[in-house]
Amino acid sequence: MIELEGLTKRFGAKTAVDHLSFQVRPGVVTGFLGPNGAGKSTTMRMMLDLDNPTSGTVRIDGKHYRDLPEPLKHIGALLDAKAMNGGRSAYNNLLCLAQSNRIPERRVAEVLDLVGLTAVAKKKSKGFSLGMGQRLGIASALLGDPEILMFDEPVNGLDPEGILWIRNLMKGLAAEGRTIFVSSHLMSEMALTADHLIVIGQGKLLADMSMADFIHKNSRSYVRLRSPQQERLKDVLHEAGIDAISVPATGVLEIDGVAVERLGELAAQHQIVLHELSPQRASLEEAFMRMTADSVEYHAHAPGEPGLPPGPGPADNAARPADAPAWGTGYEATRKGGQ
Amino acid sequence: MSSFPAVLRSEWTKIRTVASTTWTLVAALVVTVGVSAGLCAVFNATFNDMPKEQQVTFDPTLASFAGMTLGQLAMIVFGVLVVGTEYSSGMIRTSLAAVPRRASFLAGKLIVATGLALVVGLVTSFLSFFLGQAILGDRSIGIDEPNVLRAVVGAGLYMAMIALFSMGVATILRSSMLSLGILMPFFFLVSTILGAVSATRKVAQYFPDQAGSKIMQVVPGAMDSGEAPYGPWGGFGIMALWVLASVLGGYLVLKKRDA
Repeated sequence: MIELEGLTKRFGAKTAVDHLSFQVRPGVVTGFLGPNGAGKSTTMRMMLDLDNPTSGTVRIDGKHYRDLPEPLKHIGALLDAKAMNGGRSAYNNLLCLAQSNRIPERRVAEVLDLVGLTAVAKKKSKGFSLGMGQRLGIASALLGDPEILMFDEPVNGLDPEGILWIRNLMKGLAAEGRTIFVSSHLMSEMALTADHLIVIGQGKLLADMSMADFIHKNSRSYVRLRSPQQERLKDVLHEAGIDAISVPATGVLEIDGVAVERLGELAAQHQIVLHELSPQRASLEEAFMRMTADSVEYHAHAPGEPGLPPGPGPADNAARPADAPAWGTGYEATRKGGQ
Repeated sequence: MSSFPAVLRSEWTKIRTVASTTWTLVAALVVTVGVSAGLCAVFNATFNDMPKEQQVTFDPTLASFAGMTLGQLAMIVFGVLVVGTEYSSGMIRTSLAAVPRRASFLAGKLIVATGLALVVGLVTSFLSFFLGQAILGDRSIGIDEPNVLRAVVGAGLYMAMIALFSMGVATILRSSMLSLGILMPFFFLVSTILGAVSATRKVAQYFPDQAGSKIMQVVPGAMDSGEAPYGPWGGFGIMALWVLASVLGGYLVLKKRDA
């Protein structure tokens, strides 16, 4: 369990982290999401007592990080892949860390095996590729067999194979009941791994909710229809009691909350030619981008701007506290139920 | 608080598993012993051409450490790299995450590195002394003569203190390049030149190297070193104050600044 209370970090006039309070609970993967420069890494460094907070506190299992007798046995962290001495072998880099926390030496070989670096254990780590460096960093995080694991942008710069490996590793670790706290600026990545989400923008907490809630509030599924007989189609839909929104100047109709099968059958029944009949889902990435962009920059999008599903106005979004129930209700009313 | 012996063991692993430790310490030994021996040979060959005053105050002990001015540069590099590579590699964040108590971390690192520098320094000083005396032949001095053993042990202590001072400076500056860029010219040029000019000697004699190197001297005022207002241990004490200041400064920077 990690608890943040009013955590604040100022660099001169700039506030990088602004009164963050949240908890990271055990047994789940908590995604820490925010655009680049939102303060994720600074927050994580403060959690490890590397940066001194301007105010506020972080507690790991109820204690300050500095008071943990052997911190690697409580919390393991991957902050950046290259935070090792390149002139030292992978094995020795891990060995000196293990010794400082009285972790038995055999554990070094174990974690190297776990991340698949046994073959290069004796090689100097400066020759490592980014992916190998990332694996070495993860090995160091796992060294003390900690209950809490923290990964800062673990998939950055990795190839698809490496991304898949890290994703499965995190899920496996969470399944063992550990606390996993992972940062990313990619919603799509989080959607695949995280059970809980903490979203920040400009150092402020924007959302602290379960992934299911986030999806529930932010995803919208609808059906896109295109037909050369649009007017006839509209009449048919109207008769069937289905509301269709026509997207101006595109000849596209968008229908919420009606199964794609039913629409297809309806069109066939009335012998209407369709050029498109496709189920759509607004991506979480878009919802996340809108959430952070609005809250960070306070600039306004015209509602229904192309490419973005209609959402609440940015002004009220910015002013509203995180996790407010009204967030995303704009299309929730017409949405057909959970995903 | 993490167990301190564990921190020491960890720092010992760090120091013995990087190549720079070996080459800097070997260089400190080889350069000091080699240059000292060479200069002893020169003193021996040109002794009769020296001014009378220098002949009278000739200090065979100090002569056998004449290469220290160069050899200490390798010790400075050793000290700077021990701390500096933590920063240049980014390892410092991993290290502090493992040992979050700044005092334990710094003490562990400095004790291990200074201990190693002291061992190498003593081996160097004894080798340098005996080789130098062998070359000086008739003009040599025995280790059982008054104050000689103090000077030889002192030379080893001096090397360890120079290394520790450099570690402190590197902890303050958090950069190998910056630390070397300041320390190397300071000890090799600035201090030497200011110490040689009589007008500035009054100030330069309080520099860490000038004050500290008094401990290697048996004959006061030998080799144009001039009179100093302190004795061998007094000089060493002045050096120790410099070292204390650099280490304390390093600790404060480590404690206050973000890693």
